[in-house]
Amino acid sequence: METIRVEVVAAEGIAWEGEAQSVIARTTEGDVGIMAKHEPFLAALVPCAAEVLTEDGRREIVAVDGGFISVADNRVSLLAGYARVAGEIDQAAAERELAALEKQIEGSEVDDETRARFHRAQAQVKAAQLAASEHR
Amino acid sequence: MAASLRELRQRRNSVMATKKITKAMELIASSRIIKAQRAAARALPFTHELNRAVSAVATYSRADHPLTKHSTEEVKKVAVFFITSDRGMNGAYSSNAIKAADRMIRRLLDEGKEPYRYVVGRKGVSYLNFRQLPIEAHWEGFSDAPRYENAVEIADRLVADFLAEDGVDEIWAVYTRMESMISQVPRVRRILPLEVVEGVHDPDVHELVPLYEFEPDPETVLDALLPLYVRSRIWFYLLQSAASQLASQQRAMKSATDNAQQLVEKLTLQANQARQAQITQEISEIVGGAGALAEQN
Repeated sequence: METIRVEVVAAEGIAWEGEAQSVIARTTEGDVGIMAKHEPFLAALVPCAAEVLTEDGRREIVAVDGGFISVADNRVSLLAGYARVAGEIDQAAAERELAALEKQIEGSEVDDETRARFHRAQAQVKAAQLAASEHR
Repeated sequence: MAASLRELRQRRNSVMATKKITKAMELIASSRIIKAQRAAARALPFTHELNRAVSAVATYSRADHPLTKHSTEEVKKVAVFFITSDRGMNGAYSSNAIKAADRMIRRLLDEGKEPYRYVVGRKGVSYLNFRQLPIEAHWEGFSDAPRYENAVEIADRLVADFLAEDGVDEIWAVYTRMESMISQVPRVRRILPLEVVEGVHDPDVHELVPLYEFEPDPETVLDALLPLYVRSRIWFYLLQSAASQLASQQRAMKSATDNAQQLVEKLTLQANQARQAQITQEISEIVGGAGALAEQN
């Protein structure tokens, strides 16, 4: 099986890197799946839980808060201000934050900062849930 | 004589107390530099990846975007963003950054452009306030340990002012680059319009140009990419400046400690001399007094 090099890069460092069979992420147009030798590609992401199928068949789930996916020379990089691997997310804390932010957003007009935090929390909860269902 | 001896001892004690403080600050700074340098190193992949992505769009698409192209009209308003420290005791760190920014601003004025000042750090703010110069925006409280949120806040403000109708036409940044522990150099860089140099080269005739697929289209991708690019630049500048600031502080505190040590030695000598002089005087007084009594008898 041919593999593709994957790097998930956040502002505060590399969140995950390694060889993978495929990567699935959600762009502004919908989900894209990237496999080895994909053509050069660049797209904007929406906050989502990206899935990486690693070389040894494990599934790594990474929450990103938007950013980009770029593919070139058999290398995928997911680029976001914040990115976190599902295993490192505290699901309970993320859910609490999500619930609190949901209330704020329903209540009234909110600024972009709160909205961004809401999307980030959403992505984290989703990633954590996906990861949890995997282990069952 | 006795009073002077006491004064000398008091001064020596106070210098020793100061030395303890500067020594502690030196040690704190040197332990935090390592942390700051590590943070700067961790942010590098992000910056590299973004540079690469921006270069890809700039090179492989013919996208016209307000952030990349030079405005056709003349450049009038220029934002100058510079990073200083919140506190003193950093040697010449803040004043070097301010001097570099000042030179930049003077050049702009000579060219008939209008500078707008954006400052990080209390030192820069108080410098401008003292001279009653206008400040467009300022941020404080994180000069030695910036967080990504700070960079986001600053970058979003700069980009908003850049894109605004009647906003600034160019954005320049002045930061202090950490060359090494002993050398930190203020640098002036243009952030916007983009000056993407890294990795951009005209493709050779024989070289195959990778045909990038953009989703949904290059303009939309650029729209989302460029704010992130500006954030990463600001983030990089903040981290570099923080590391420089700590290195500068460590050096300044080391020389302060050395100075205090020298002063203590000098004052100790002087105090000893004064003590000796006092004893000598006492002896000569006694001997003199005894001599006078003996003569009377």
